[in-house]
Amino acid sequence: MAQELNRLKESPSQTAGPYVHIGLTPNFLGIEGVFPVDLGREMVNDETIGERIDVVVRVFDGTGTVLKDVLVEIWQADAKGLYNSPNEPRGKADPNFTGWGRMASDMENGECVFRTIKPGQVPFNDGRMQAPHISLWIVARGINLGLQTRMYFADEDAANRVDPVLTRLEHQNRVPTLIAPREGNTYKFDIHLQGEKETVFFDI
Amino acid sequence: MKNSLPEVHGFFQRDRSWHPPAFAPGYRSTVVRSPQRAPISFPNTLSEVTGPVFGHALLGELDNDLTINYAKAGESAIGPRIVVYGRVLDENGRPVPNSLVEFWQANAGGRYRHKKDTYLAPLDPNFGGCGRAVTDAEGRYWFRTVQPGAYPWPNGVNDWRPAHIHFSVFGPGFVQRLITQMYFEGDPMIWKCPIVRTIPDERAIERLIAKLDMEATQPFDSRLYKFDIVLRGSNSTLFENRKEGN
Repeated sequence: MAQELNRLKESPSQTAGPYVHIGLTPNFLGIEGVFPVDLGREMVNDETIGERIDVVVRVFDGTGTVLKDVLVEIWQADAKGLYNSPNEPRGKADPNFTGWGRMASDMENGECVFRTIKPGQVPFNDGRMQAPHISLWIVARGINLGLQTRMYFADEDAANRVDPVLTRLEHQNRVPTLIAPREGNTYKFDIHLQGEKETVFFDI
Repeated sequence: MKNSLPEVHGFFQRDRSWHPPAFAPGYRSTVVRSPQRAPISFPNTLSEVTGPVFGHALLGELDNDLTINYAKAGESAIGPRIVVYGRVLDENGRPVPNSLVEFWQANAGGRYRHKKDTYLAPLDPNFGGCGRAVTDAEGRYWFRTVQPGAYPWPNGVNDWRPAHIHFSVFGPGFVQRLITQMYFEGDPMIWKCPIVRTIPDERAIERLIAKLDMEATQPFDSRLYKFDIVLRGSNSTLFENRKEGN
């Protein structure tokens, strides 16, 4: 017998369930007085550097029905492409930008609306630049392990065409599932969990 | 420009045969909410190894005491009082400090304070059901609460969830994000539950069962349950010792 690696196994995931709001967005649900604010709702303040945008995320199931009990978190770089994280080795990010957002979907129309800024570019591991993007993590009833994907910006066509992640997809006809169209200062990102228009999800 | 690549250390790949699969028809909600195409992999970049980190300044004094953080002054929630404690570790066995741990649960009768929960068991006016903690330098967290009750749910005709507490945990990298559920040692409902049984390996299920710790239990106060959580580890921890961990 060879030696043991003695590593631990990651705790297995379980669904967030339909009542995820109680723990993660209690004020949105109407449970007030426990936490002063819902974490992740405010990403910017008046001093934040960068172009203000709204990102509207909707998630659809395999029947084309919008999820009204989904919770989405986003993580993104600041306007200069720096992450507000101790693991950011390249310099200090904008202190007025958290980079992290969390929204439960509206219980009527299923929209998660993030008020944020457009991120700058971040390098891939080989030094090539990635196109501007936002990382997403999606949990809900019926989702056993949080789904990871990215949103890219339709008005960054030149950068998108050479992005190291987008260009490595074998099925290039799936690239548009990761690109959000722009209308004014709003990007609408529709995520399809299953079927014809299924969004690309990552194992990363 | 320096002739060097960005400093990026990837996390260990997730073992997707250890986690529940997306499509697990015994849990019926997964049927139309599971992707059918294979996920796409690429090496971790700065976008994956960075993530938000929360300090202890975030916390209010009652955030980790669910028996009183929603209660009227001088009152407290009804139910068996317990303390849940444990550590957040990575796969290398190293503590994860400054990890935000959030938890939510039903009350002692199995009723959630949520407008979509219509179960006939009553709400407890002194119980909200949410709390949070940030781990210390050794990765430790704890909270006081009441033991939640089992409750029926619309899946099979007669499916009941075992008593459980939901956990949401952050590591320093966004791709370490994890939501899971904690179950209680000895509960016979665990092995009948379609959500538990989405996890294919019994050893993995055992990892979600908190152990009763009578030695640490506080007499005439609360029984203690120990529940450790493991997040993805990273290669860099093998070779270096960065204070913030990664």
